[in-house]
Amino acid sequence: MSPVIDHDVLERVLSAAMRSGGEFAEIYAEDKRSTSAALDDGRVEQVTSGRDRGAGIRVVAGETTGFAHTSDLTERGLLAAAEAAAAAARQGGGGARTIALSRQDVAAHSTVERFPDEIAKAAKVELLQRLDDAARSAGAEIVQVSAGYADSRKRVLVANSDGLLAEDEVVRLLVRVSAVADGDTGMQTGYASMGHTVGFELFDTVDVTELARDAARQAITKLRARPAPSGTMPVVIKHGTGGVLFHEACGHGLEADHIAKGASVYTGKVGELVASPLVTVVDDGTMAGEWGTLSIDDEGHPTQRNVLIQDGVLTDYMWDFLRARKQGRAPSGNGRRQSYMHLPMVRMTNTFVTAGTSDPADIISSTEKGVYIARLGGGQVNTASGDFVFGMTEAYLIEHGEITEPLREANLIGNGPQALRDIDAVGNDFAMGGPGTCGKDGQGVPVGTGQPTLRVAALTIGGTAA
Amino acid sequence: MTELQALADKVVAQARPGEQIEAYVSRGGQTEVRIYQGEVEHFVSAQSEGIGVRVIRDGRTGFAYAGTLDPAAVDDVLAEARDNAELGTVDEWAGLAEPDGVPRTPQSLWNEALASFPTPRKIELAKELERLALAGDPRIRVDDANYADAWGEVAVATTTGIRENGRENGCYVSVSTLADDGEETQTGFGFSVGRDPDAFDLEKAARDAVDRATRLLGATKPASKRLTVVLDPFVTAQFLGVISSTLNGEAVVKGRSLFRDRLGEQVASPLVTLVDDPTNPHAYTATEVDGEGLATRRNVLIDGGTLRQFVHSSYSARRAGTVSTGNATRAGFAGTPGVGCLALQLVPGTRSQAEIIADIDDGLLVQSVSGLHSGVNPISGDFSTGASGMLIRHGALAEPVRELTIASTLQRMLLDVAEVGGDVDWLPMRAAGVSLVIHDVTMSGT
Repeated sequence: MSPVIDHDVLERVLSAAMRSGGEFAEIYAEDKRSTSAALDDGRVEQVTSGRDRGAGIRVVAGETTGFAHTSDLTERGLLAAAEAAAAAARQGGGGARTIALSRQDVAAHSTVERFPDEIAKAAKVELLQRLDDAARSAGAEIVQVSAGYADSRKRVLVANSDGLLAEDEVVRLLVRVSAVADGDTGMQTGYASMGHTVGFELFDTVDVTELARDAARQAITKLRARPAPSGTMPVVIKHGTGGVLFHEACGHGLEADHIAKGASVYTGKVGELVASPLVTVVDDGTMAGEWGTLSIDDEGHPTQRNVLIQDGVLTDYMWDFLRARKQGRAPSGNGRRQSYMHLPMVRMTNTFVTAGTSDPADIISSTEKGVYIARLGGGQVNTASGDFVFGMTEAYLIEHGEITEPLREANLIGNGPQALRDIDAVGNDFAMGGPGTCGKDGQGVPVGTGQPTLRVAALTIGGTAA
Repeated sequence: MTELQALADKVVAQARPGEQIEAYVSRGGQTEVRIYQGEVEHFVSAQSEGIGVRVIRDGRTGFAYAGTLDPAAVDDVLAEARDNAELGTVDEWAGLAEPDGVPRTPQSLWNEALASFPTPRKIELAKELERLALAGDPRIRVDDANYADAWGEVAVATTTGIRENGRENGCYVSVSTLADDGEETQTGFGFSVGRDPDAFDLEKAARDAVDRATRLLGATKPASKRLTVVLDPFVTAQFLGVISSTLNGEAVVKGRSLFRDRLGEQVASPLVTLVDDPTNPHAYTATEVDGEGLATRRNVLIDGGTLRQFVHSSYSARRAGTVSTGNATRAGFAGTPGVGCLALQLVPGTRSQAEIIADIDDGLLVQSVSGLHSGVNPISGDFSTGASGMLIRHGALAEPVRELTIASTLQRMLLDVAEVGGDVDWLPMRAAGVSLVIHDVTMSGT
């Protein structure tokens, strides 16, 4: 396969970027081909092919980063972008500097056997029809189904003025299905999705119709749901469905950019007990096949397994290259960006709570009254105050140690540091959850989450029932 | 004729017999300056361009796009879209929009002065905003202060005779603040938006950012109860954004709108008249044409509480047996048209927020909400969102509260509207803000 950009062009463009001064320059180039297909209302509405190709160039001078991007990958286009980035960093005076690149070895964490762009589109469309059939045959209550398939194969190249040259190829597959059920109490919805950094061989071992049945079951179950309670109570979260709580409640607050600006409740707390001793939180970009897995981050550095909280004690933050360099430490492989049109920043990869020792059945049976969450939806956090919210898209009442009635959707709200301290049981049944997209400062990147069944002693449920 | 229009026309001219083609071509650029502690933290200068092509043949639709206008890539896009059209399901309603004779309402969407606004001035505006915010209160720190501008030009052409193009630009400044009091930190933001960088209201942006952060210091979690809420204009605009998806013609024809069978019925308080009007020049999202190239128009959706109509693209209109309301949406060249409200506005009442609050014995002024994307389901109508604000007691604002939720259902909230304020605020969103009073909402706290 031909390189995205030739070696000698990279060296010349980086030299040009540094010509007017500055202490660091970087080229990030990508060439992405994607296919997606959408089925709705029983019809394959559309198959889409996409091609995104371009390079982003940044130049760092003092405290200032200049950035420009271009979809023109010729030497002329790249030089123009390099000059724009250098001008943006607007430093004068420096002299010529020669850049010699040396290629990094990149360890692949996910393996791809059948590249999705080599699979007939008809096979992808057929998956959607199976999802539609499976969801509709789950019950007469199902009145509407939509399903989506998306794949991408992205070649990435990063080269910088320190001589780093790293290349990688990232493959992603995503399947989603949503179902609407209709009954006497109105309509209810269910949703399920699956996403991995693997090839089309995924579907040899995974039955996608399970997703469709799950989405349909959620919608049908909620037809007999009662309003969620209003007030503060214990919450048990099913394994593999609520890792997003930790992504929001502590993950974002452990990103070094928030720390550097004192915009996180976790600023200055390394070495302190910030969570229940039952809690160990890890961010790991090396997990084979997971949605947030990368061989290198978007600044060319290898991803790794970073323990953030060990037995309740804050051990480290997550870092991108620039902030790590300022601190004189190694980056943690957390510099990511949405595309070549975006500046990298500190981002999570796969964030999870490790397994504890409790039997999940005991966690439920020891809860007198509370809420059992079988699926958390999206959430949001304010890193400075620690306040977070989440949607409960599938939840049940716990009464006298038993899961009883389904609940209508509602948000739950809490405070990150308080919720971490309030975790009083962690199960032995760790599981990763579905694919997520993490939004920060206008950029979305794919992330994974996971957690064992666990209980938070007190969270506020935002329903309407007394 | 613009260069982009010529390119779109050229693609469409390659249509084969029996084939409908739409080409959507766009080009744009942006500048973004971020200031931190008086220094430029980053300066982004970028341009992008691309093309999206839809091909419809025998009722099947295919689409492809590329983030470049390189001639070889453009040829590939047309070929891919044709290939993809083979894979769609036959849809008797599939088709492109056709010219409907509705004239464009001219808008001033381009400011030449912004296009040549010098870079040092952009940096200075963001620095000035940072200084103003810091000067506003000794407890304030600034997370970042920003200036950004963007321009875009677009052309669309179809085999059905649509040929439209236009360009627009705009700019904003914004500031994110932190307010500290002992161990506690709260956050705020402020902004000013427009097409004229000399007309920014930096003082107001700074004051908003300071007020939003400091007013929450010392806020506590309230006890759970039912009460009357007053939504701040900024919150109302977000609430209308949620309501808009129930009025979406595509959701209606696919059975996903909770109002799908309710045309002509009373769905809201008689005080509610909801209009979608992108021809109103006050609206931030005012525009001359929709995502399919049809002229935008004023549509009354709810009139005195009665549901009058839904918004449609040509596709959803064809399925519903009606005509497009000029409400096709489009997220750039990489997507196909959807349906949505473009510029919503509640017809305002007369009183100020202070006058409204003076009449409330026990209530909550909701100043911000979070988790609208996760706690609100526009299909079931369940509404639950994180919130913060001020309690209202005996007609006056009392203590600040946070880490609470407010909940009801969309259906009930519309019927429970008790007053629409007179304080219209044309926010940079798809809906204008106005104070809105809603009875009988559940507040969850301790």
